[in-house]
Amino acid sequence: MMDQTQSATETSLSIKGLQLSFGAVQVLKDVNMDIRQGEFIVLLGGSGSGKSTILNCIAGLLDVSDGQIFINGRNVTWDEPKDRGIGMVFQSYALYPQMSVRGNLAFGLKNARLPRDEIAKRIGRAAGILQIEDYLDRKPAALSGGQRQRVAIGRALVRDVDLFLFDEPLSNLDAKLRAELRVEIKRLHETLGNTMVYVTHDQIEAMTLADRIALLRDGVIQQFASPEEIYRKPVNLYVAGFIGSPSMNFISGEIAGGQFRFNGRAINLDRYDGAPRDGVAILGIRPEHTDFDTGSSEAGIEAIVELQEHMGAESIIYLRLDGQRFALRTPDDTHYPEGTRLSLSFDIARASLFDPQSELRL
Amino acid sequence: MADIAFDGPRGPKPRRRLSGRNIMIYGTLIVVALYYLVPLYVMVMTSLKGLPEIRLGNIFSPPVEATFQPWVKAWAEACTGLNCDGLQRGFWNSVRITVPSVLLSILIASINGYALANWKFKGAEFFFAVLMIGAFIPYQVMIYPMVILLRELGLYGSLTGLVLVHTVFGMPILTLLFRNYFATLPDELFKAARVDGTGFWGIYFRIMLPLSLPIFVVAVILQVTGIWNDFLFGVVYTKPEYYPMTVQLNNIVNTTTGVREYNVNMAATILTGLVPLLIYFVSGRLFVRGIAAGAVKG
Ligand SMILES: Nc1ncnc2c1ncn2[C@@H]1O[C@H](COP(=O)(O)OP(=O)(O)OP(=O)(O)O)[C@@H](O)[C@H]1O
Ligand SMILES: [Mg+2]
Repeated sequence: MMDQTQSATETSLSIKGLQLSFGAVQVLKDVNMDIRQGEFIVLLGGSGSGKSTILNCIAGLLDVSDGQIFINGRNVTWDEPKDRGIGMVFQSYALYPQMSVRGNLAFGLKNARLPRDEIAKRIGRAAGILQIEDYLDRKPAALSGGQRQRVAIGRALVRDVDLFLFDEPLSNLDAKLRAELRVEIKRLHETLGNTMVYVTHDQIEAMTLADRIALLRDGVIQQFASPEEIYRKPVNLYVAGFIGSPSMNFISGEIAGGQFRFNGRAINLDRYDGAPRDGVAILGIRPEHTDFDTGSSEAGIEAIVELQEHMGAESIIYLRLDGQRFALRTPDDTHYPEGTRLSLSFDIARASLFDPQSELRL
Repeated sequence: MADIAFDGPRGPKPRRRLSGRNIMIYGTLIVVALYYLVPLYVMVMTSLKGLPEIRLGNIFSPPVEATFQPWVKAWAEACTGLNCDGLQRGFWNSVRITVPSVLLSILIASINGYALANWKFKGAEFFFAVLMIGAFIPYQVMIYPMVILLRELGLYGSLTGLVLVHTVFGMPILTLLFRNYFATLPDELFKAARVDGTGFWGIYFRIMLPLSLPIFVVAVILQVTGIWNDFLFGVVYTKPEYYPMTVQLNNIVNTTTGVREYNVNMAATILTGLVPLLIYFVSGRLFVRGIAAGAVKG
């Protein structure tokens, strides 16, 4: 009993056994999540993985096929969107074109029959936070994309709710504005301290904003953990390949006697984070955890340079290792001509080993 | 590098006024416009002449002595079968038929279309399919069953019955029109309104309607012209005292007794066509403005 009341007060959103089908197509398969008060959760996944669908289920815009949704400890599974205590921000802004900015912000509050001075107060506060006071009387058509998105966020803000839902709010903006608003959303979250569920397919957004990331694939949560954990210890091959750009390098081999062996080479696994069993395995190593061999560690893993991309602060070298593509990220800006032979070393402490059958991390 | 000549073409490309393409386009437009305007011209001229002048046979010449007598006669004195008080009775009948039919059919069809496009209720697909089948059945097939239905309802021969018929027959195509239009409005707008606490009717009246002026204008044009110009339903489902203007026009023009009063016939025809014409002029401008106002971008 104690436990239940305890968790009810600090759990903001709880999704239990959520399933959703469109006709015969099962889009969500048993989604479970417990989100604490004030957490910033990012739903990350490829196109069609079911991110928007989960968000629409939380908002009550879609009827679930099975499962339950609790918001602030209250079962809202059958509640109307307006009764769930949520605010939502959409990718296309979805501002009412015929209303002024003020009208857009006031619309939901008028529907809730709030007193006029209360409406004015809330609009004033939201406009102050989002710095949209100057165009409260304009129509959405007379705003830039960034301003529109601010208004859309404002519409969620004035509702004065504990849970905010964002469906790819920045994906219609150009790169610079996206970066600016990303920081603003982060700051907003710190100011307000409410729970946010944020859908994106942009991993930079996910890594920078999230307290925890839920990585989705085909309607199944692959991993629900902090950005660091997802980056360092991906639970399976899919997660490992999804996070990071360029993505993780994979090398097939086998584990025996505390070593990973491939093509006659052996890498010591003493410093590996985990206790892998012997047998066939896939070694996953990120481009940034690969370095030039200074001669001290492993018996030289040699690779041939194919292409180098200079990006200013760092450069990415694409190599060929035993006939396979292999990427390496380095702060070194030396130019390596095509065909150069390089000797590599791997930071095994930050590598991952996977079972090729189950694709799970060892 | 330095010896490239910088003198070639520069700025906007010059266009020839009298290019072959322009001659073709404007030529066709002028011919088509004449094709429609010449008969209208002849009608107007004839309606302003007295009978003796018409008998001279020069249909293109303007009236030597313009008279509005044929117009007055067409409106107030011509015999339309039962009585001889001109087209005015038919005009008011038509108004009493058209106004409620247009309002009712557009109201119902727009709600249908909205429900079909935005609220994916159970059986929506089936309902829509049935409606569409309705659109493709030639309505001649349904004339007699409809007579029986109206008789059973006690509405046969009444204006209400005819309004009902027009509303029902306009339903499939209008519903399709509205459904397709509402489907183009962004789905997220609809979702945002739901989060903001608006229900079925609230979203319809406060979000959808204000954004859909153009399609309502299209529907009004479609229905007013269709219903005003209707002849068949008017003859079949009403009594002579309720005959719409088109039916009375026919009766005036096709009288077999007495001399043929071409001038009165012409005036009566123009009078009958005036309402749809007016709708085109008025709503055409509204239509353009509606599109401009409803432009939802980004
Ligand atoms: N109304 C619908 N009827 C049938 N299938 C649907 C419907 N809506 C979504 N789906 C399917 O559900 C799956 C998940 O869709 P969803 O919109 O949640 O994806 P997403 O992760 O948000 O993708 P994106 O990044 O492209 O927005 C997709 O495969 C999609 O085709
Ligand atoms: Mg989506």
